[in-house]
Amino acid sequence: MQKRAYFGLYILIAVLAVLPFVLPNSFYLDLAIRMAINAIIVLGLNLLIGFAGQISLGHAGFLGLGAYASAVLPTHFGWHPVLAMIAGAVATGILAALVARPIFKLKGNYLAMATLGLGIIINIAVRNEAQWTGGPDGMPVPAFGLAGFELSSDKQWYWVVAALLAVSVWASLNLIDSPFGRALRALHGSEVASRVVGVDVVRYKVAIFVMSAVFASLMGSVTAHYVGFVTPNLADFFHSIELVTMVVIGGMASVYGSVIGAVLLTALPQALATFEGWETVAFGAILMICMIFLPKGLVPTLASKFGKAE
Amino acid sequence: MLAQLLQFLFSGLTVGATYALAALGFTLIYNASNVINFAQGEFIMLGGMLAVFFTQAGLPLPAALALAILVPAVVGILIEKLAIEPVKGAETVTLIIITIGASLVIRGLVQVFLGKNTHSLPAFSGDTPIEILGATLMPQSLWVMGVTAIVVVVLWYFFNRTLTGKAMLATSYNRLAAELVGINTNGVLFMSFAMSAALGALGGILITPITLTSYDVGIMLGLKGFVAAVLGGLGNGLGAVVGGLLVGILEAMGAGYLSSAYKDPIPFVLILFILFFMPRGLFGAKVTDRV
Repeated sequence: MQKRAYFGLYILIAVLAVLPFVLPNSFYLDLAIRMAINAIIVLGLNLLIGFAGQISLGHAGFLGLGAYASAVLPTHFGWHPVLAMIAGAVATGILAALVARPIFKLKGNYLAMATLGLGIIINIAVRNEAQWTGGPDGMPVPAFGLAGFELSSDKQWYWVVAALLAVSVWASLNLIDSPFGRALRALHGSEVASRVVGVDVVRYKVAIFVMSAVFASLMGSVTAHYVGFVTPNLADFFHSIELVTMVVIGGMASVYGSVIGAVLLTALPQALATFEGWETVAFGAILMICMIFLPKGLVPTLASKFGKAE
Repeated sequence: MLAQLLQFLFSGLTVGATYALAALGFTLIYNASNVINFAQGEFIMLGGMLAVFFTQAGLPLPAALALAILVPAVVGILIEKLAIEPVKGAETVTLIIITIGASLVIRGLVQVFLGKNTHSLPAFSGDTPIEILGATLMPQSLWVMGVTAIVVVVLWYFFNRTLTGKAMLATSYNRLAAELVGINTNGVLFMSFAMSAALGALGGILITPITLTSYDVGIMLGLKGFVAAVLGGLGNGLGAVVGGLLVGILEAMGAGYLSSAYKDPIPFVLILFILFFMPRGLFGAKVTDRV
């Protein structure tokens, strides 16, 4: 199991290393960068959904907090981008912890409702505070630089994001096999049983939720700097749903499922653009069909089909 | 002072009645299947948009309205038959994604066939405002509140006095036990989707002369209906109605006295407070877990 788990990581690294040399043009490079960014967010979200069994319907809100921290703090207050990114992540983490503590004392999936509300509040605040955020039109984000070196070309961004993705996958695999990860899995299996063997249920759930929110915030900052522009759409309800869908389509509680789900759903709108006006219908129909026929998600379904022979 | 308060109360009750109908829709489906139907908002939109479409196509108002309720009901049944029944017993997340998929399909189809424009319906009985203690009340608001009140009474009768209604109630208490005494629980599921779609559509039709409609109004209306259902205690019919009216009133008061730009987040701030301080909602039953 151990070896096979890392085997996937090697394949991923190989693909990431070869990809920029085989992609025909900058359009595909841009797509690959956005896939990798989404994959990292989804990895964090999948730890929450797949292992802690909790849904967040407001993850785009956290993404938006990070993105706007990176846009507003350097532009209006002259902060260094790195400092702004960290400030955004810390603020998101504190907000997530504040919301999560009382919620996780309850039974059932109340986190879905709380995060839904939180995400919408963040989105509307960003839309309304136009003097800081540019309102619905969004605002430009200064370039990201560190120690005299500035990230500018798509190639440079690709290597940075690809490295981040490889590290995130590696970290997720290790996390799942750590005592922390075992506690999480126990939690998903049976909350009562895990409490009996001494797992502090509330603390673990809060920890994983805060972690996934901070992941999202950091990647929000990265997105903002990479695109060079932020709009409230980054933080809207639909985007939150897209992120959850990536988790579910790829496969809950599956590290590689997260990556595959992110890749597929980032590519899907591009593929559907040819449908002219029917994109929304097609997107919705694909969601429904996937969930009806592959309720466990792509990777776990395929793994159980082909995995038994090994 | 009083006139202003009364004015906000009227507009709050009007839009609150729509939330109440949506919340009842959530409640019906939740009780029958434990599914939170994120397509509920699209039924509201569908009702309004179809009413506009059928009246513009030249149908007399009553026929247009009847069709605008009937078609969403059929859509609700289709969703249940094609997407919910085949995956019964799946995880909550899976079911949520399916209903979100359904909502996208509905919204997308309306956008393709009825366009992206904002539409309005003429008010059912004129636009002459009624003056009450210095505040004005539009006749359409009376329609909204009146029809909602009638629906609530009819639903109460249905659930307390008819066999079908009691069967639906029994299924919501304990599905297995209901099956054992011979209740067709699949039929119950079928009924609840048809009824909640019809309720949503009705709300959408009634409110359209006041708030206008377009292909994308469903998301916000649906989410606020959901907040109303949770506020009242998810699964409780009376709670849904009270929750809907409360959300509407608080929103109107907030928009009037605080800031109209922050009208939309008010229900969602409310939901956070509810979850922190009274997680079962106003009328929710205490749930005990058996291990």
